[in-house]
Amino acid sequence: MARRALLEFEKPLVELEEQIEQIRQLARDSEVDVSQQLLQLETLATRRRKDIFDALTPSQKIQVARHPQRPSTLDYIQVITDEWLELHGDRRGSDDRALVGGVGRIGEQGVVLLGHQKGRDTKENVARNFGMASPGGYRKAMRLMEHADRFRLPILSFIDTPGAYAGVLAEEQGQGEAIAVNLREMFRLRVPILATVIGEGGSGGALGIGVADRLLMFEHSVYTVASPEACASILWRDAGKASTAAEALKITGPDLLKLGIVDLVLPEPSGGNHSAPLQAAETLKSALLEQLSELQGLSESQLIEQRYAKFRRMGRVLDSESPIASPSS
Amino acid sequence: MSLFDWFADRQKNAPTVRVTQEQEEGDGLWSKCPECSLVVYRKDLVANASVCKGCGHHNRIDSPERIALIADPGSFEPMDTGLSPTDPLAFKDRRSYADRIRDSQQSTGLLDAVVTGICRTSGLPLALGVMDFRFMGGSMGSVVGEKLTRLIETATARRIPVLIVCASGGARMQEGMLSLMQMAKISGALERHRQAELLYLPLLTYPTTGGVTASFAMLGDLILAEPKALIGFAGRRVIEQTLREKLPEGFQTAEYLRDHGFVDAIVDRTEFKATLASLLTMHGCRETVPA
Ligand SMILES: [Zn+2]
Repeated sequence: MARRALLEFEKPLVELEEQIEQIRQLARDSEVDVSQQLLQLETLATRRRKDIFDALTPSQKIQVARHPQRPSTLDYIQVITDEWLELHGDRRGSDDRALVGGVGRIGEQGVVLLGHQKGRDTKENVARNFGMASPGGYRKAMRLMEHADRFRLPILSFIDTPGAYAGVLAEEQGQGEAIAVNLREMFRLRVPILATVIGEGGSGGALGIGVADRLLMFEHSVYTVASPEACASILWRDAGKASTAAEALKITGPDLLKLGIVDLVLPEPSGGNHSAPLQAAETLKSALLEQLSELQGLSESQLIEQRYAKFRRMGRVLDSESPIASPSS
Repeated sequence: MSLFDWFADRQKNAPTVRVTQEQEEGDGLWSKCPECSLVVYRKDLVANASVCKGCGHHNRIDSPERIALIADPGSFEPMDTGLSPTDPLAFKDRRSYADRIRDSQQSTGLLDAVVTGICRTSGLPLALGVMDFRFMGGSMGSVVGEKLTRLIETATARRIPVLIVCASGGARMQEGMLSLMQMAKISGALERHRQAELLYLPLLTYPTTGGVTASFAMLGDLILAEPKALIGFAGRRVIEQTLREKLPEGFQTAEYLRDHGFVDAIVDRTEFKATLASLLTMHGCRETVPA
């Protein structure tokens, strides 16, 4: 097994894991029975890991959400579907590899799947543009969602991007327009839309495939209006204040649940999704199927009406003419 | 003739006057163009829609001035005037959000960064939303989202066109994700207005960026812009950092967007009301709304 990249706050576990490894070595090389000590140490390690991951700060969660071995869109699609075919292109001259998608089948149910795709290593990340989609990516997503609407296939969308790509070409090709059109059109689609923040959800680039009937989020995923780094340099005039900004912006699942943005927070295996990717995928699959069956009980017009009502409630304002904080609080 | 009027008259007929630094720091009666340095009597500048007669520079204007330029006199009926921001995240950076709100409210006399209402323009009914850059850079928080959504919903119910004058730095970070979700909420309301086959026109002014560009600014049936307005999704500094090179000439100007196919027409502010009347008439808008 490839040694996984260690995060700063995981370091206390390293010593313990090394001890466990040494004892295992000893057991192999001699006849000494160490099973008792081994069990003790392993229990201790499990408890420590759980303690650490239960108490992650928002900026530590960002590190988990950005972990290079955190399962990606393609990883989840492989496990969730019984079969699937990746589809390419926006039909306007580009195929963005930072936003992937296709058609698939889960049991008897046909689905359209799409999401941001990061790379595992530098080379792949360059090809995937670090999961930062271009206008062509959002248009490809829209084209796939139109396809889903036409054949009445539910849409499963996976959010994992630091943000939409910021570049000269992206501006020339209408990054703003591409995202805006998706926001509008997703309100019109007659099929269930389930979006899940599997890693980081960065701003408009995330929302561009995130106007959903249900928004799910993993326990250590984050969803932000602006990256804490950018927020810190704009509001604090100090990029070094990123962790303070991460705290202030309320970017974690539990916070977003309270604000009425997220519908469901999915638990992660102790140590994060990268420590047990298959378990994470199974958690996601069963949550998606459960949500989907609920939504499939609705008529098309109910579905569209409820989606509108869901977003309609978002926001907190004070109305001095009817002094109740409305509409959602 | 008063001295002021005499100055005004003289200014209208006079050739370009260029002045030194000393005169620039006057008592506010005079205004110096930041582009061509032409000095004019402020009242004349306002009479010309705050557009420089020397070079055509469009000075930034506030929401009352914009409404006066578009709505027929006395016709603007404001909506949701009691909506004010809360501080849902109890946000504090170098200063608290609550303090920033109070300061902006005191300096502008507004409760938040958009004014909405129903009016007549050249006799035709119009749902008008005007963003005000003075209020925290026109940033879009819950109040901006809620007021624009209600405006669009009202327009859909009354079957009238919508004009939104955009002037915004984007999302209001102090409201976190609630701010981002306003992009979706407004876009959803626009989808319903569109389904009703009604006309929506955004007018993009200096500056229109970030989340506003990635939502209602780019969703017009026709997209209009003021000359040289800054329009873009990502900030210039962000792009320069990724790119590590100079940006192309005229990057993210209204003209640049028009040349790349994202703005239909650039309309001089002094001609905007007439152009708007023509467009509304061409699209079947009439003085009385069909029942
Ligand atoms: Zn000038």
